[in-house]
Amino acid sequence: MLRDITIGQYFPGNSIIHRLDPRFKIVITVLYIVMLFAGGTYIALAMGAVYTVIAIALSRIKPKMFVKSIKPIMPFLVITAVINLLLISSGEVLWQWKFLKITSGGINTSVFMIIRIVLLIAGTSLLTYTTSPITLTDAIERLLSPLKKLKFPVHELAMMMSIALRFIPTLIEETDKIMSAQKARGAEIDTGSFMTRARNLVSILVPLFISSFRRADELATAMECRCYNGGAGRTRLRQLKSSVRDYIALFVTIAFLAGAIILSKIFA
Amino acid sequence: MGNIIEINDLHFRYEPTGEEEAPPEVLKGIDLSIKEGEFVAVLGHNGSGKSTLAKHLNAILLPTTGSVIVDGIDTADEEKLFELRQRAGMVFQNPDNQIVSSIVEEDVAFALENLGVPYEEMRRRVDESLKAVKMYKYRLHSPAQLSGGQKQRVAIAGIIAMQPKCIILDEPTAMLDPSGRKEVMATIKRMNREQGITVVLITHYMDEAAQSDRVVVMDSGKIVMDDKPEKVFSQVDLMKKLRLDVPQVTELAWELKKAGYDISPEIISEDECVEAIIRLMSEE
Repeated sequence: MLRDITIGQYFPGNSIIHRLDPRFKIVITVLYIVMLFAGGTYIALAMGAVYTVIAIALSRIKPKMFVKSIKPIMPFLVITAVINLLLISSGEVLWQWKFLKITSGGINTSVFMIIRIVLLIAGTSLLTYTTSPITLTDAIERLLSPLKKLKFPVHELAMMMSIALRFIPTLIEETDKIMSAQKARGAEIDTGSFMTRARNLVSILVPLFISSFRRADELATAMECRCYNGGAGRTRLRQLKSSVRDYIALFVTIAFLAGAIILSKIFA
Repeated sequence: MGNIIEINDLHFRYEPTGEEEAPPEVLKGIDLSIKEGEFVAVLGHNGSGKSTLAKHLNAILLPTTGSVIVDGIDTADEEKLFELRQRAGMVFQNPDNQIVSSIVEEDVAFALENLGVPYEEMRRRVDESLKAVKMYKYRLHSPAQLSGGQKQRVAIAGIIAMQPKCIILDEPTAMLDPSGRKEVMATIKRMNREQGITVVLITHYMDEAAQSDRVVVMDSGKIVMDDKPEKVFSQVDLMKKLRLDVPQVTELAWELKKAGYDISPEIISEDECVEAIIRLMSEE
């Protein structure tokens, strides 16, 4: 049951979006977020929507997956919409009950916010759907590498992230084993009241923590035995190469961003 | 050929913690030299000090007194620590806890990345190492998709990529199923034979020790036997006193001899045993 959990939700593929340099993909995603927030008009959002639909089509990932990615944030969407609806009092009053009133301005802002958040989630999901977590970590390390001059531990952070990714399946398997072992001794994990189950969770977490510390200790020794000495002077097997394709994607994104801002200014 | 490992009067005790009395010595005066290209198995029951000894060979632990010299480098020499660890690679018991990367080939490259080996050279050595342990076609897999034996072979590839002169394996097969054990043993023997890498195999499986050139038996921090496998295993009484088994076939031969049959006690392989029994039966 636990084995089915996927982290980062990467869908392997070979589409043009998959093959983009991950560093460019991160920069492009940041520009995309700017596009959604800088425009501030429906025209900017419409351009964002067109951009997203094209990108999703190019990625050859089922649109169903993007609908799925929006599901978990539904409560957040509803709350944002309701708050905007009730608190914004510009424009015509359409409905009033005691101190609660709904105005045309409120409806306008709510719809706008919902579209913006949906586009935001769909666009950023595209990044994690088409880039494996390990590649993403690698790209972040390289993009942040100028911060090394400010003594920011870029390499250490990336190493921690990649080790965490490496051990997720191992620890999930281990949790499964511990759960079975505790169940065999009569621990109620799937049954009983919420409080009983919460208390019984301790009997899983304690052994899991102890074994993780032991693993960490052994891994550290093994890394030292393979001459690990921090980030200084390291070379890499994984080479990131940017190509014309990446520059074209970046250029198209910038064009969309500029278009969104200019059109918003003209029609504002 | 010269000695690659020279251990002189090695004593070791762990540092006392807090106000307790000094803990007892784990190693009580070890003298051992291992020739280049040798395949040495170290046997001993739990707590005999065999793993502690292994950890001295690439400076995870340093001697309390005495010295350990590996390929001319004193393990206490901090300046040459990385050079030492490159020449004497170490493989541990649990394959899961020594694989660093989520992709097989990147894990094999880990040591080379640390040593700053240039890309082309790294690529070549990673591919060669993966082919040597017969894991090349899995190079883009995640370790989570591999069996225990395969993971352990990846760990071995990660060590031989450093092109060490010597590999120390600390119970590498203890957590594997029988087919995984066979794969790993075959890999170790091939490394030893084809690449001439010195192998120090810490194990408690007698059939594995039987495949080596030389068996060192440890008991409570001392070396008690050091000889060819057939000589060591033929001393069934002494082995039993040390709470160690002998290979099944050796025990069978020993029982037959006790029962009055004319059979050599120095039998360690199944084939030898079969031949000897056929000979006995045809003589009857």
